[in-house]
Amino acid sequence: MHEVRYLRPKSVAEAVQLYRTTPACRPLAGGTDLMVMLHAGTLRPEPRAVLDLWSLAELKGVRRVNDMLEIAAAESYTGIIQSNDVQQHLPALVDAARTIGAAQIQNRGTLGGNLANASPAGDTLPVLLAYDAIVVTDRRSIPVDQFFTGYRKTALQPDELITAVRFPLDRQVAFRKIGTRAAQAISKIVMAVSTHPARIAIGSVAEVPLRARRAEAALERGDIAGAVSAVAEDIRPIDDVRSTAVYRRAVTQNVLRELLQAPRT
Amino acid sequence: MRFTLNGRAVSFEGSGARRLLDVLREDLGATGTKEGCGEGECGACSVLIDGAVVDSCLVAVGQVEGCKVVTVEGLADGGRLTALQQAFIEYGAAQCGICTPGMLLAAHVLLQQARRLSADDVREGLAGNLCRCTGYTKIIDAVLSCTK
Repeated sequence: MHEVRYLRPKSVAEAVQLYRTTPACRPLAGGTDLMVMLHAGTLRPEPRAVLDLWSLAELKGVRRVNDMLEIAAAESYTGIIQSNDVQQHLPALVDAARTIGAAQIQNRGTLGGNLANASPAGDTLPVLLAYDAIVVTDRRSIPVDQFFTGYRKTALQPDELITAVRFPLDRQVAFRKIGTRAAQAISKIVMAVSTHPARIAIGSVAEVPLRARRAEAALERGDIAGAVSAVAEDIRPIDDVRSTAVYRRAVTQNVLRELLQAPRT
Repeated sequence: MRFTLNGRAVSFEGSGARRLLDVLREDLGATGTKEGCGEGECGACSVLIDGAVVDSCLVAVGQVEGCKVVTVEGLADGGRLTALQQAFIEYGAAQCGICTPGMLLAAHVLLQQARRLSADDVREGLAGNLCRCTGYTKIIDAVLSCTK
């Protein structure tokens, strides 16, 4: 294994320049996914450099931008949980962030990292989908429902960096995660639901975090039973180390029923 | 690169992409910090960076440039143990000892953040630290004894 170079840019502009010009370079934020893979040597192509985004002040913080709340890409989950604006406007995101690992992970994990890693089990990703969040990069805005293009694949170009995520302020979203343990568990299924507009977003039930479009269409008509029935057709769960397809299908329907019958007010 | 380790200025030459855990143990001799899983699940490698508890196996050492890092070696004041360390001894909260440094640091932060803690608060605060010996009860009792 070659020694991996450590690059510490002083601005987003410099980070973009370094990312464009450094071969086999991986962006690094809190490291909760990347450092594990870097140490295990499982990243392909094998990285020659990491680009440290964690310490960039431009990528920290929560702020109002017009009618939206913007969370910078390298803000920690702890910072998100403690933000008054996030607590007030995006309580489902606080709920999700509190289920991610424990204090050690919440102090380092970031929305930018959760998006870029694009795990189908990423805990915040259904929440982002249910809020119709917008992924902001160094060059454009990407609606989050166009962001996940395949198993751990994203719409990002090879030299594109996520800088922030923007959320509308007027949504009511409910969140539920099912894991083996209350803390420190990777989800068996994870779901976020909004009634108006109808958004049903689910993780760990397909190769990407997905919107359950058939179920959403039923919910849009006010047909809760129809939504619960249709969601089984929307998802594509598999058997893996954490659960089985049969369990995931049944629990997805049960959780959806529960969230729709007890909407957050 | 430079950072502060347990109140002492230290410097490190080498790739900033190395794990903080490895630099602490192999280069700086701070072997109180343990490696368990290397995946951010077990918390044995917990350290404090600018007062926040993190898994040092997930931190690139370059990221602590200019930061204050505290390991278990930094808790006691010379030979004088903290009340929390003393409670771990009195309550029998350590058995094999591998989880103990991380437990102490996570509990230290928890006690700094809130004077009043319930058993559930302690369980949640220590959820990122796995112990395979004690069954946790004595650890939780030891931490709770410091809130009174």
